Amino acid sequence: MIAEAWDWAARVVEWGVANWSRPGEPDRGVLPRLTEHMRLSYLSILIGLVLALPLGLACVRWKPLYPPVLTGVNVLYAVPSIALFFLMLPYTGFSDWTAVVPLALYTLVVLLPNVVDGLRQVPDHVRQAAVAMGFGPLRRLVYVETPVAVPVIIAGLRVASVATISMVSVASLVGLGGLGQLILSDGFRRQFDAPIVVGIVLTVLLAFVTDAVLVLAQRLLTPWAREDGGRRRRRRAAGPAGADTAAAPTAPRAAETAEAAVRRPVRTGPGTGHTAEEGRSWTS
Amino acid sequence: MDILIELFAWFADPARWTGGGGVPARMGEHVYYSLLGLLLSAVVAVPLGLFTGHTGRGGFLTTSLANFARALPTIGVLFLIVLAAGIGLVPVLCALVALAVPPILVNTHEGVRGVEPRLRDAAFGMGMRGHQVLLRLELPVAVPLILIGMRTAAVQVVATATIAAYVGVGGLGRYIVDGQARQDLTMMLGGSVLVVLLAVLTTLLFAGLRRLLVAPGLRTGAVAGR
Repeated sequence: MIAEAWDWAARVVEWGVANWSRPGEPDRGVLPRLTEHMRLSYLSILIGLVLALPLGLACVRWKPLYPPVLTGVNVLYAVPSIALFFLMLPYTGFSDWTAVVPLALYTLVVLLPNVVDGLRQVPDHVRQAAVAMGFGPLRRLVYVETPVAVPVIIAGLRVASVATISMVSVASLVGLGGLGQLILSDGFRRQFDAPIVVGIVLTVLLAFVTDAVLVLAQRLLTPWAREDGGRRRRRRAAGPAGADTAAAPTAPRAAETAEAAVRRPVRTGPGTGHTAEEGRSWTS
Repeated sequence: MDILIELFAWFADPARWTGGGGVPARMGEHVYYSLLGLLLSAVVAVPLGLFTGHTGRGGFLTTSLANFARALPTIGVLFLIVLAAGIGLVPVLCALVALAVPPILVNTHEGVRGVEPRLRDAAFGMGMRGHQVLLRLELPVAVPLILIGMRTAAVQVVATATIAAYVGVGGLGRYIVDGQARQDLTMMLGGSVLVVLLAVLTTLLFAGLRRLLVAPGLRTGAVAGR
């Protein structure tokens, strides 16, 4: 039983390696399908985000707009993707847009609520502080509200990207590329399981890698939310100046500060102190 | 506009409403597959989510499992099982379950985890045992979130049950697949409209269920904020 499963897995891997790229048919191997899949899904997610941001903003600004827009997006989401792909065919033909337009619209069902919730959950005192510091509406949006909303938006982006990457496979039923084409034409039509398994595994891997990249992006974009990083920076900024007496650093923290100081070049000055201050108000 | 008139004519055709290929029969099949898939998923996901949420163990595993299932391409699962088990209802149900388990599982887990610790302490303080706390406190408090998960799953299942037609089973997907084969845009559009209608009905059904199942104390205030 185990030997059989092993043999089967070996056969699948063997097929995948042997067909990784086919010099005779440049767009039919595993690699071309994978890149097609990436192109279709990333383009859809990107367009979805580009649509969701202004739409979400508008919905936060004009509250009565939100319920009907959300209902519309939800109804759209209920349309089966195959049907939408077919209905796009007369207009866009066999171009990428046939898959990208419906998929981008689907991502809105996750992205829009997250953008709206993210912008709405900005604490009132933070907004007021920004106003008091002389931030106009636009600067407030760009420098205060959007950064605070980033974790929520990225959370939505993670769900949307995984869903989109797995849904691109359906596009193969319409004759579009991607890993679904591997599953359909190399696997199902020839009653051969190896291409199907390779297609499934690569789709899942692509989804996981994309997810990991998004998590990393969130860490980079929101340094204040990092457990250790934010504190270190704050301590470091305050330490050498000796100005922060409100919370006297305890011994382990002092040690950590020293450690951080050794590891990274110490930058002191009003600039770093300022960002640290902002960071603190955001997390509270 | 022409297409709308054609669509109307398609729906108005009396032949559309009788026999095995008629709308009522196809709708019945579609509802049957969707309901079966959703029930199977709930049977798998709700107890699992209650367990992991209650014990706090396996939370990471649950999330990973749900993420994995979410990443699975539905048609890949469908075709692979068709090759292994042959054409029939089994592959369709497997694909639908893989689709519906993640939202139900995650929401059940989060719903139970999200019960206020004060309430849980109070329940234990009143002398409730672990399973009593789970069934009398945590489950009722988690119901709204579980229902949201079920609704998300149900809408996806209804939309995706369409692919059943690709492996030779019935349902509203037949109109879309046959329409594609005959280059009949109206037929495909008609099928899509019916699926959307069913999805909207599903959403309404869950709004009703929410009214029925959520404990009166939770309907306003505490839950409204979520």
